[in-house]
Order: sequence, then structure tokens, then C-alpha cells
Amino acid sequence: MRRWILPSLVLAALVGAWQVAASTGALADLLGLESFLVPSPAEIASSLWENRGLLGENAWVTLREVLLGLLCALAAGLGFAVLLHLSETLRRAAYPLLVASQAIPILVVAPILVVWFGYGIGPKLAIVALICFFPIAVNALDGLRSVDPEAVKMMRTLDASRRQILWRVEAPTSLPYVFSGARIAAAVALIGAVFAEWAGSDSGLGHMILQDNAQLETARVFAAVVVLAAIAIALFGLLALAERRIVTWR
Amino acid sequence: MADASPAARQPPGVAVSVRSLEHSYGELRTIERLDLEAPAHRVLGLVGPSGCGKSTLLELIAGLREPAAGKVEVGGACDPRGRLARTALMPQRDMLLPWLSAIDNAALALRNRGAHRRPARREAGRLFERFGLAGFELARPAELSGGMRQRVAFLRTLLSGKPVLALDEPFASLDAITRAEMQAWLATALGADPRTVVLVSHDVEETLYLSDRVVVLSSRPGRIVAQLGAPAPRAPDRDAAVTDPAFVAVREQAMQALRGAR
Repeated sequence: MRRWILPSLVLAALVGAWQVAASTGALADLLGLESFLVPSPAEIASSLWENRGLLGENAWVTLREVLLGLLCALAAGLGFAVLLHLSETLRRAAYPLLVASQAIPILVVAPILVVWFGYGIGPKLAIVALICFFPIAVNALDGLRSVDPEAVKMMRTLDASRRQILWRVEAPTSLPYVFSGARIAAAVALIGAVFAEWAGSDSGLGHMILQDNAQLETARVFAAVVVLAAIAIALFGLLALAERRIVTWR
Repeated sequence: MADASPAARQPPGVAVSVRSLEHSYGELRTIERLDLEAPAHRVLGLVGPSGCGKSTLLELIAGLREPAAGKVEVGGACDPRGRLARTALMPQRDMLLPWLSAIDNAALALRNRGAHRRPARREAGRLFERFGLAGFELARPAELSGGMRQRVAFLRTLLSGKPVLALDEPFASLDAITRAEMQAWLATALGADPRTVVLVSHDVEETLYLSDRVVVLSSRPGRIVAQLGAPAPRAPDRDAAVTDPAFVAVREQAMQALRGAR
């Protein structure tokens, strides 16, 4: 509990300072803006409460994109990592391409995907999954390859097949790596979902932010950002909790 | 003798033989023209300075490596697959899998051969009692003492059911007292369940106590500098055995050979 006290105090101080600066108009003056464009934390909080229905609906849309996209990325990333781990040839052929694929700005590809596949959930899943694929695949592969060669020799003299070595030794060894890949993926998944919605959508928190921004509904923009951050933190926390439950030997 | 009746129940043992063996890592010659013989149900001890290719030799016997030249034969099999099928290797570090309980670690070979968890645990459980590990079946390796971990690792090797055990410095990580206890324990275990053992160590006393015959190897490239018969292999009273004048004399002989081998 103790370790939460200090960051909480810092957060409270920052929010307090913001509240004072915004409600007195000092922040708006400093930025040379109209004061309604610079909402105070209290205004954001009341916007959160007043728009809870709208925010909830849109958050559900975005959350679904994030979770499904993350699941697709997990399945594809883990499968790819296992294939590359099992085949030296495939690893040599595909690993450089995997790394090079990161040079493609996926966010720029988003509008093209919307042109091809329309406004539905398809392109959003594709974008979220594409963004999440890399950290998961690379971490899983690193994890599989981090196995102590002595452990593999030990298993071989105990008559283990290749598959048994994979399931009994390599997969458990790689689990902590997979979890850290998944945590990174969860954080970028939200960014991916928001961008995908900006590229073309009719609902979701990203869509809402875009609309509210155009209508100068700044308090509601901030409220949507708060919800996005809360989702990110919750996902991160859930993954950390799952890791602690599953990886009990560390 | 004590091992006569269990040996009668055991399948006939398997012998290990090494002929004109050569091995090198690239340019580095690690083993040079080595000839060794481990008769069935006997313990062959190998001592030598670090880096004389002892661990490599065990991996060659176990079929995990192929020699550059020469022949390794385990129970008539010369191909790596045949050697692997007849030999279980106990590596220097215990290599217990931290996510499995002690009993599941011990039962790994049974599970690999397709046994279900419950019967595998039942079979391993019998040995847990016999070897003073009762009550620790479900403990994770991190919760066990060094001596217990080594015992679990040995049971895992034993439960593979292989006729040949290749033990690589089995007690190197233990303190002196635990080490002496474990030597006596291993002597008893081998008395009850005789196997052909190739034991590698750099502890002369340990090797001399546990083995029927001890081969002293030179530093790299490893070759034989002395062969010694042990005066009282695996005698029930270890402390008496290792302080016996005959034992001390052979130990000195081995030490001298080792000193000359460096």
C-alpha cells in the first residue's frame, strides 16, 4: 500500500494545480485561449458523469476492438513464434522481414484498410492486431529461445519428443516473456483502436474524440481520454495479475 | 552380497565401452584416443582437472553428441539413438523445472513416455518414501534444500528406467557435510537398484568411494594417466571406508596422478 502513497500525492498535487490554474482562467490566459476551451478537472469530472451513458457505449465499442484485436494478435503472434522457433530455415527467412515490417507505419495504412474493408469492425481489428503482433511475436520467440540448453539435453535423455520439450520446457520458460509482450501490446492496442476509428468509423471513443474536438466540446474530449487511460491501466493491471497467478515460480 | 538378490530381479545390465575416442570443438582438441570400459552394473569413476572433456565424454556416451573419431558403444548400440535410449544423463546443475512440483519433476521420464499424471506420481511416490523425500512431493524446487534437489534430480534419472546412468558432478553444488551424506545415500540407492554408472567428478575421495574403478584423466586433450581399483566400493559405513589406510593410500596415488596430469 505504501508505494501508492507518493504517486497518489504527486497526482493530487498536479490535478489541484490544474484545477486552480483552469478555474481562475490563468491557464487559458497563458495559452491565449478562450476559457471554455480549457476545462478544469472538476468540469471534466462532471462531463464524465453527465455523459456516462454515451461514454459507456463508445467505450464498449473501443474495448471490443481492443480485446478482439489483442486476441487475434496473441493467436497469430504465438503461432508465428512457435513456427519460427521450430524451423531454423523459416526463422532465417522470416525474422528480418518481421523486424522490417515495423518500419511500415501501420497508422498510415489504416485509411487504406478502411477504403478496402469499410466502416465495420474488420479494419479496426486488423489495425489493432497488426500493431500488437510484433511485440507479442518477438517476445515469445525470445522467450522460447531463452531456454537453458542443459534442460533440453536433460529432457532428451528422458526420452522427450520435440513436442514434449516444447510444451514441458520451452513454453513455460517463455511465459514471462509472452506476458511482457502482451502488456506492451495492450498499451499500444488502444492507440491502434483510436487511430483506426479516426480513419473511419461511426462509433467508439476515438470517433467520439474526433467529433467533440470539431465541436469544441473540450471537456468531453478530456472525459473520453480519461476513459481510454482507465481502460489501458485496467488491461495492464489484469495482465499483471494474470501473470502473477500463472507464473508462480518467479 | 547385498546386491545379489535385487540384481537377479533386474534385467541383465548393459556395458559401456569407449574405443579410440577423439573429440574436438573446432580447433580445440578435448579428448584424445580414449579407451574406457564400464562393465554392467559397475560404477566407473572419472576424475580430472576442469576442462579435460569429462562432461563432453558423458554427452558422447549418452548419444547427445557424435565423436570425431573412434567408437562409443552402450549395450551393443553404437548409433546416437540407441545410446540415447539406453542412457540417462544427470547434468551438473539439477535442472529441476521450477514450475513443476518435486514429484512431477521426478516423474518427467514416465510422463514423457506417455504415462498419465496419476500413475506416474504413484510410481515416483514410492521412491520418495524410500529416499527420505516423503512429505515434499508437492513442494516446488525452490522450496527444497540443495541436498533434496539433488536427490529429486537423481530420482528423475533413476525413474527413466535406463540401464546406464551418466552422472556429471552430481554433488558439486553441495556443502561438505551434505555431500558426504549424499554419497552414502547414492551408494545405498545403487545397492538397491544397480545400474551401470559413469560418474564424473573432480572430487577424488567421492569418486573413489562410489566407484568400482577410477580413471584419472589429464588436462586437455583428455587422455588416461592412471587407472585405479577402489578398495571398498560403496561400503555401508562411508566414514570408516574413506579413512581406512588402504583407501587413503589409493587416494594419494590418485592425487599424485592428478598432479602429474596438469
